[in-house]
Amino acid sequence: VQIRRVLIANRGEIAVRIIRTCRRLGIETVLAASEADRDALPAKLADRTLCIGPARAADSYLKVEAIVQAALGVAADAIHPGYGFLSERSALAKLCEEQGIIFIGPTAAQLEAVGDKLRARSEAEAADVPVVPGGAVDSVEAAMRIARNIGAPLLVKAVGGGGGRGMKAVERVQELPAAMELAASEAGAAFGDSRLYLERFIDHGRHVEVQVLGDGAGEVIHLGERDCSVQRRYQKLLEEAPAPALSDQLRQRLHHAAVRFAKRLNYRGAGTVEFLLDRQREAFYFLEMNARIQVEHPVTEAITGVDLVAEQIAIAEGAGLRLAQSEIRPRGCAMECRVNAEDPARDFHPSPGLVSEARWPAGPGIRVDTYIASGSQVPPFYDSLMAKIIVSAPDRGSTLAQMRQAIAATRVGGIATNLAFHAAILADAEFQAGGVDTGFVGRLLSGGAARASGGNHG
Amino acid sequence: VSLTSKEVAEITRLLEDSSFDELYLELGDLKLSLKRSGAALASTDAPMQSQAPQAPPASAASGPPATGAAPTAEDPRLHSACAPLLGTFYRAPKPGALPFVEVGSQVQESTVVGIIEVMKLMNTVRAGANGTVSEILARDGALVEYGEPLLRIRRTS
Repeated sequence: VQIRRVLIANRGEIAVRIIRTCRRLGIETVLAASEADRDALPAKLADRTLCIGPARAADSYLKVEAIVQAALGVAADAIHPGYGFLSERSALAKLCEEQGIIFIGPTAAQLEAVGDKLRARSEAEAADVPVVPGGAVDSVEAAMRIARNIGAPLLVKAVGGGGGRGMKAVERVQELPAAMELAASEAGAAFGDSRLYLERFIDHGRHVEVQVLGDGAGEVIHLGERDCSVQRRYQKLLEEAPAPALSDQLRQRLHHAAVRFAKRLNYRGAGTVEFLLDRQREAFYFLEMNARIQVEHPVTEAITGVDLVAEQIAIAEGAGLRLAQSEIRPRGCAMECRVNAEDPARDFHPSPGLVSEARWPAGPGIRVDTYIASGSQVPPFYDSLMAKIIVSAPDRGSTLAQMRQAIAATRVGGIATNLAFHAAILADAEFQAGGVDTGFVGRLLSGGAARASGGNHG
Repeated sequence: VSLTSKEVAEITRLLEDSSFDELYLELGDLKLSLKRSGAALASTDAPMQSQAPQAPPASAASGPPATGAAPTAEDPRLHSACAPLLGTFYRAPKPGALPFVEVGSQVQESTVVGIIEVMKLMNTVRAGANGTVSEILARDGALVEYGEPLLRIRRTS
């Protein structure tokens, strides 16, 4: 099958990104937009725009039936879900399967397998991929047994959870029963599922993930890894590839583990296997699989030269993998800064509104994925990501230097952004040395706050 | 503090004669905001993409006040019944049946004027105003967007 017309069920920079590849491939694009996004850049670039509902995502971007109806109504061959919204909801994939529309992504069954954290954990174990020591717990007695085995500190997590909700840290094993009770009631209220599991809490972890492509018939290749340890409250801010300060041996073990996991699922499409790296133990553990194109995919594109959206489309058309593992030869280094409409001075509060001026950096080795130009609006209804600045160069030092210049050359007026915070990260000695853990941003923030208020510890 | 309608009319004239698009007035707890129609278009679209094909730019700067000569949609006596959601619009309850309404039909606010199908689910569209159907805009069986005007109703005064 050849896809001739795609319905894009997303907004913002990723909608622009998908349209760009579709254009290059001669595929017509129909954008499904909310009322708030009718006049935004994606709507201007798409061949056609359909308004699917009011601004609120629950009434537009999250309405499975409206999106499938829109695709049927314009006779689209396929739906590209982007990231977030419905991208990992098996309900959309399933309805597409029933209606004969190609879903550009994995199968509904694969989405279900990776969406359930316990299920994903057991698939990882079956694929001989290490998981964080721990396990499912259905009683306090069983939990105490496991806890004594793996030792404190521990994390109590909700099976149906995500984004830190239903998650409790336990410093001493004695605190476990109370923490479990709290987590179970929180998870029950939030996700309608009070099942829990227990994991060792890894303090100085790095977040490293591996990009994979699967043909859906058991063939899987990887496109190297990305380091996403620079994050604040589980929100990634800056990503880079390859992961710095990693032995070649550990790097290869990560790649192979990701491929084993995806192969076990007969994974179809582009996906990412996330790992937690224990710096002290030189060990890594499976965290989860993201069954979609990711925000930070451009850093992988920059070092491999592969257009991941084009490969997603080819796989969806049934062309399988067009590249062999030996043809993937990552070169150089790439970094991405996420420019958000949020104010670091006000605890990263969102700052939507009219962008009076937007000047993005340009030049060799610089790529900017954005939907914002001078005069654009950042609507208050969705996430605050305005743009991604991606820089690539032969080595990490020159990539870093070029990114600092690119950030300095960027001007955004009218609303607050986190650009100055990116400049602070890039200027930090620990970040420059490479291989920071996920506690880095917190330390940078408390250090900066302490300095600003004449604090007593640095 | 309060304003008579005459005073509001006078302020409106002041705005019309000025080179401004908007006026905000606050007197104690009274707040008045006036905006030229078309002003919103001019201020958000103009700096963004100059090739926007709609809206001739001529009237934006200092042309005659756009208020009175607004297009049909602005006619206060005309009401547009819009699609409450995206889907396939049908004028009749089932294929071959008579349409719910025709041009000239008398309708009440709650009169069903069409249905919109979304994945086999039928949603009724109601007139939303008392009056007479003056125009039917959407084609039977067509895909309609959220908020798309389906038909116009001339209100009974």
